[in-house]
Amino acid sequence: MAKDILRKPTGFMDIYNFKPGDDKGNTHYCPGCGHGILHKLIAEALEDFGVADRTIMISPVGCSVFVYYYFATGNVQVAHGRAPAVATGIKRTNPDSIVISYQGDGDLAAIGGNNILQAANRGENITVFFVNNAIYGMTGGQMAPTTLIGQKTMTSPYGRSVQNEGYPIKMAELLSTLETTTYIERTSVHNPKNIAKTRKAVRKAIKCQIDGKGFSLVETLAMCPSGWKMTPVNSTKWIEEKMMAYFPLGVTKDVIEEREAYFPKKLELSNLEIKEKLGLTKERLFVKRDMSDVHDKYRNPHIKIAGFGGQGVLLLGRVLAEAGMRHGWNVSWIPSYGPEMRGGTANCQVHIDERPIGAPVVDRPSILVALNKPSLDKFEPTVKPGGIIFYNTSMIDRKPARDDVEIVGIPFSDIADELGSLRFANMVVVGAIIEKTNLLGYDVTIDALNEAIKNKKFVPANIKAIDRGIAEMKKL
Amino acid sequence: MAKELIKGNEAIVKGALLAGSRCYFGYPITPASEIAHGAATFYPLLGRTFLQAESEIAAIQMCYGAGGTGARALTASSGPGISLKCEGISYAAGSQVPIVIADIMRGGPGLGNIAPAQSDYNQVVKGGGHGNYKLIVLAPNCAQEMCDLTMLAFDLADKYRTPVFVLTDGFIGQMMEPVEFPEPVELDHRKKKDWAVMGDAETKGNLINSIYLNEEELEEHNQMLQDKYAEIEKAEVRFEDYLLDDAEIAVTGFGIVSRVLKSAVDVCREKGIKAGLLRPITLFPFPNDRFAELGDSMKHILVAELNNGQMLVDVKMAVGCRKARVHFYNRMGGVVPSVDEMVEKITEIAKG
Ligand SMILES: Cc1ncc(C[n+]2csc(CCOP(=O)(O)OP(=O)(O)O)c2C)c(N)n1
Ligand code: SF4
Ligand SMILES: [Mg+2]
Repeated sequence: MAKDILRKPTGFMDIYNFKPGDDKGNTHYCPGCGHGILHKLIAEALEDFGVADRTIMISPVGCSVFVYYYFATGNVQVAHGRAPAVATGIKRTNPDSIVISYQGDGDLAAIGGNNILQAANRGENITVFFVNNAIYGMTGGQMAPTTLIGQKTMTSPYGRSVQNEGYPIKMAELLSTLETTTYIERTSVHNPKNIAKTRKAVRKAIKCQIDGKGFSLVETLAMCPSGWKMTPVNSTKWIEEKMMAYFPLGVTKDVIEEREAYFPKKLELSNLEIKEKLGLTKERLFVKRDMSDVHDKYRNPHIKIAGFGGQGVLLLGRVLAEAGMRHGWNVSWIPSYGPEMRGGTANCQVHIDERPIGAPVVDRPSILVALNKPSLDKFEPTVKPGGIIFYNTSMIDRKPARDDVEIVGIPFSDIADELGSLRFANMVVVGAIIEKTNLLGYDVTIDALNEAIKNKKFVPANIKAIDRGIAEMKKL
Repeated sequence: MAKELIKGNEAIVKGALLAGSRCYFGYPITPASEIAHGAATFYPLLGRTFLQAESEIAAIQMCYGAGGTGARALTASSGPGISLKCEGISYAAGSQVPIVIADIMRGGPGLGNIAPAQSDYNQVVKGGGHGNYKLIVLAPNCAQEMCDLTMLAFDLADKYRTPVFVLTDGFIGQMMEPVEFPEPVELDHRKKKDWAVMGDAETKGNLINSIYLNEEELEEHNQMLQDKYAEIEKAEVRFEDYLLDDAEIAVTGFGIVSRVLKSAVDVCREKGIKAGLLRPITLFPFPNDRFAELGDSMKHILVAELNNGQMLVDVKMAVGCRKARVHFYNRMGGVVPSVDEMVEKITEIAKG
């Protein structure tokens, strides 16, 4: 019967060369199976639209795992349920291709439920053919999410019950509720009239993609005589009487006319443009320098900067590291990370070194910046003998006790407050450090600041803070 | 080009784009999220695809789709997300689809914590998914290598038609260091991929596939994969030697641990202890021969890891029953050992 209205289109292989064994002329489907009919309708549409060459068919896991035996297109076989994600990857990188995801009910509605939902919701410009045969055909007739109430399968031997498995899922209706989907219809292939309707739906769905209108899906009720343990004839009856009663045929969503066509723009960039967009052509001030004019005790410092979150500790370290890099030295910067991060304190660790840097961690700082009391309490004992401690007298009411290190106490927070915001305390510290150690040039420090601060309108105020830090240091 | 101070994670993104990566698909997770942030910023700027997938399961499959068309695809995650990607990775290995995956390791099992760890070594190096596959695994230990090895990963992925991992820890991902970015490489890698399915007349006979129903065919396919891995083992071993020539104790570790060990070796040398460092840069292929040599020439080999001794097994296999005694030091909760801690351990071993 189906023969009269089905021909072998050129989108379909003549000889199934990918099929192992000697029989390369017959499909692997059981007699009376619905899959083969749908295959031909799809192949025919691809031929008629002249898009077979640029089509990529996705073979799922299920009885249609061997879709690739049959379609004279590009073919990709994928994991169970993942076809919509794979289709997304293909279509996004190859917008000119026609991407077709072919899936069974276990594949699409069970294991791949989230994948189809999300692809549909993103409005991927792909076409999905969803074969609803109310069963897992391939694995020997287990229950599917679309199995009918009372239907006996290998894993619902007493019949599917609402209490145990809930109602069969209506994917066409469900996906139609998503704002982004464009065209969804449920059809059947159990008789010539419905095959003709399916043919129309298949074409409409593929055309929808060709026209750049977004996500389209055709759910097709299909016979599985083997899984249902019925004759082919009884199978067609079962669809008519049982399946169609629960899964009504027809269009559940069609906004093709309203949808605007969308074809992503292509952008071809020259190497120079690529570098510009990646920020690699940015001019930076490099002033090569060795540390010979830096006092011994400040050379190759290991710096730890600690304070409350919000005191700009990370940025402070970043500016020092940026500046060090501009002198041609090796630098590393790491934020407090993992266990160190708890308790509202933040710290960062910076190396500036003429030699390659091994461990980026600073266990024994030669420069400690303590912006609050807990930081001083915690890290004072770790400072290297001969090192230096900068501490924030605005927030710390005791002098560091160590007598084997240099101590610099400055009311960083009060000064920042005077300058208009507590947030500038960190840059006052930068000023104090560059003045005290002579390690980093003023110009490279300003250049470093320029790069490190995202919002450029704050740069002048921060420069002021650095200047103020220098002045305060000079006063001491 | 001038150097830029940049986080390791961000260097991966720029490296990937310079290598001509066309797309990034991923799902956010600490401590890998800067990769997603950077990709979300830069891929669209360059007219390339960034998409936040619904899960890691989907992200790797999107890479599978893109990679199968010859596009250079990147994804990144950390432990829990890598577990989910294992399904897709196995398919990609079987179907020989090139994909680059960055794993910025955190502590496990389960949710563990977000602190730096190396607990995914087995999962990544031994192949966390099903089937007889291996992956090339590159282990950067600085921001420069995050860029360079990501670029190399794309080349190796294409050359051998295999997924390639960039495996490092949260520390290397979060750390900022100067990076000198190379010139962008030629974009049209796809011309060379005659196996890919590109949605055009020339490639329409092609098939991306991991299913072989026939037993002999599957065995042949598996044998072909093993031959490929053998070829990779011959050609792609990379490691760094440091002060090993006259050493008596070799220390070894990858990622952040190798940085700590290098400093510890320096301190030990100052103390007169003859220590040196072997840092594997490729974890597969593993530097077996070099470890075997050290098995003969060293008195001791110390393996340090942020896990329960996962690379240790590979070192022991390589050293076998040679002269050197293999020692082990580890942390497992997110604490990176200090230089002092490692010096103490090396000193203790040196004293015998
Ligand atoms: C991850 C995974 N789980 C389970 C399977 C086994 N399996 C193969 S096909 C299938 C069911 C397919 O049913 P459906 O999608 O309805 O396709 P049909 O065969 O009915 O056309 C299952 C469970 C698998 N291949 N992969
Ligand atoms: S088991 Fe069912 S779905 Fe599978 S080929 Fe046979 S009839 Fe078709
Ligand atoms: Mg089914």
